[in-house]
Amino acid sequence: MSGTAELSPYLVLILVGFLPNEIWRALGLVLARGLNEDSEIVLWSRAVATAILAGVIAKLILFPSGSLAAIPLGVRFAATLIGFAAYLAVKRSMFAGVLAGEAVLLAGGFFFSP
Amino acid sequence: MPVPASFPTSAAAFFGGVKSALTSVFALVLAGTYVGIGALAHGFGLTSGWLALSTVLVWAAPAQVIMISALGAGAPLIEVAIAVTLSAIRLFPMVVALLPLLRGEGRRLRDLLLPTHFTSVSMWVESLRLLPAMSREHRVAFCNGLSFAYMSTAVIFGFGGYYLAAELPPLLAAMLLFLTPMSFLISTARNARVTVDRLALALGLVLGPLLVYFRVDLDLMWTGLIGGTLAYAAHRLRGAWA
Repeated sequence: MSGTAELSPYLVLILVGFLPNEIWRALGLVLARGLNEDSEIVLWSRAVATAILAGVIAKLILFPSGSLAAIPLGVRFAATLIGFAAYLAVKRSMFAGVLAGEAVLLAGGFFFSP
Repeated sequence: MPVPASFPTSAAAFFGGVKSALTSVFALVLAGTYVGIGALAHGFGLTSGWLALSTVLVWAAPAQVIMISALGAGAPLIEVAIAVTLSAIRLFPMVVALLPLLRGEGRRLRDLLLPTHFTSVSMWVESLRLLPAMSREHRVAFCNGLSFAYMSTAVIFGFGGYYLAAELPPLLAAMLLFLTPMSFLISTARNARVTVDRLALALGLVLGPLLVYFRVDLDLMWTGLIGGTLAYAAHRLRGAWA
């Protein structure tokens, strides 16, 4: 964790993980009186959260860490596309999608890795 | 699996919740998700104890993935905190929807603290499904048992993924690391039932790497605010024209 060396990792966890996450649960407990699931603010905040998560997913595939970085980009890309296609094709099954993606990554990594 | 409508004691209700959690499909999903997150934490050089504590304290897989990948990549702390909090807003309406089911005669605020902290997708979906048919006095205990079992599953499989990633040959470790982006892509797409969410997903996938490529500061925050707001605006415009 470069740039955070001066703070204890556990303090970092509290400050940038626990508190910014828990505040929304606490607000729900305090203000929990009738907020419509379909209200405009909920719709917008869900869109923002979805976009952030999507950004993280794309970054994990395009700029990966550890051993995944040794798998060529083309293989990672193909595995993602085929995994997603399998999910759509096999009755929207998450299991089928993850299995297909992993199979392509394994085969591609086996044949194309340096 | 049917769940009894009432229990003899609070302890029985708690263990009823544990049993219900361990026999649900979510236990399997959580196990797989946290194997991936464990591998991710190992890949980014965090410790396994830190990961376990983050599971107990944060208890939200998306926030943990964001936090681990951003901290591991050396992002500024303020950026990590902003990205985590933007990803966590969804917890607010979930708590709001859950608590009315748990309130009742003699329930004090402090009885609701644990269920509030435990609120996450798996527990929330199961609670909303199972609690309405149950007598009110044991709902909190059942809910706590359910959540305790889910959280334990996540902690244990997080350790499993962490040590597997350390021991496995590189190609198999790469497969573990691929588990998180692949499964999150699919689960996010599956949760995106309305056009706004689908649009936000597509925009985020494109904007995220693009902002990194152009070295924009606070790239995750901008991905969320720009992608999410554009998706929302498109939805409003379409509604206005329809």
